[in-house]
Amino acid sequence: MHEPRRRWFDDAAGPFVRPYAVTRGRTRSPGEPLDLIATVVGAAPSMADRMWLEPEHLRLLARCRQPITVADLASDMELPLGVVRVLLGDLRDRGLVRVSSPAPSEYARDEAVLRMVLDELNSL
Amino acid sequence: MSSTLFDRAPDAQPVALKILIAGGFGAGKTTLVGTASEIRPLRTESSFSAAGRAVDDTTGMDSKESTTVAMDFGRITFQSNIVLYLFGTPGQKRFWFMWEGLARGAVGAIVLADTRRLTDCFGAIDYFEQRGTPFVVAVNCFDGAPTYGPARIRVALDLDPGVPIVMCDVRRRESAIQVLIAIVEHSMRVKTGGFATG
Repeated sequence: MHEPRRRWFDDAAGPFVRPYAVTRGRTRSPGEPLDLIATVVGAAPSMADRMWLEPEHLRLLARCRQPITVADLASDMELPLGVVRVLLGDLRDRGLVRVSSPAPSEYARDEAVLRMVLDELNSL
Repeated sequence: MSSTLFDRAPDAQPVALKILIAGGFGAGKTTLVGTASEIRPLRTESSFSAAGRAVDDTTGMDSKESTTVAMDFGRITFQSNIVLYLFGTPGQKRFWFMWEGLARGAVGAIVLADTRRLTDCFGAIDYFEQRGTPFVVAVNCFDGAPTYGPARIRVALDLDPGVPIVMCDVRRRESAIQVLIAIVEHSMRVKTGGFATG
């Protein structure tokens, strides 16, 4: 694909072309956006699944066979968060990825969890 | 942890929590994340047009106008199977669109203040006050910067009496950890009504 020269945001960012080719231009997945620290876990794709999956879907699925947060997944795969969310949305729609429950916000309200965090921080 | 996810043992899944760090350019967000946690590369989407508008909706984001920006992202993994994630974002109002998903479900937020540019905090403070996100103000004490006591900072920022102010030097690990402790304690008071010592 021939792309015209793009503007660069800054040295750390770079041109923004390839990631959205992966998602076919989609910048948002339908439905509730995944929390950055939602934990996802992937299933093994069947042969039929492999027919429609893009290489990036397969890479992503392979990486989330063990539970992993959305942010860690994006970091590990060196893909922008929005791209990872779109790809995860595709996989979730096909039942190949599940999102953890309870939601992160429930832990953040859980006094016992917060108390454990305090103990851990105090012992650092 | 109640769910059994596919064929995995329930205890394989760590408990993930997040703290948001907001602050103006150069206030020390990157330093705080780097001092307190294991720093990780992370990019998120931004668009040139959105950066100039005080909007939180990027639905119409056009890939041709978009780029990615690096976020400050770090992780502290505790032995108790809890992982604390830190996300740093610019504090100015024009970056609010980036915060929507970050603030939701967070333990709380740290507003990192530089006494040479206190006004940089206003946007972040407004945001967290409006949404009821528990937050602390951490005053990063730079060498040579004017030093004001917490009382003067509170007046200057027009802070509610319940909002903790922590003086810190985020280059020092123990100081950075104290800031994290302050927000967790404050969050416990606000969200669960629990009594946190210290």
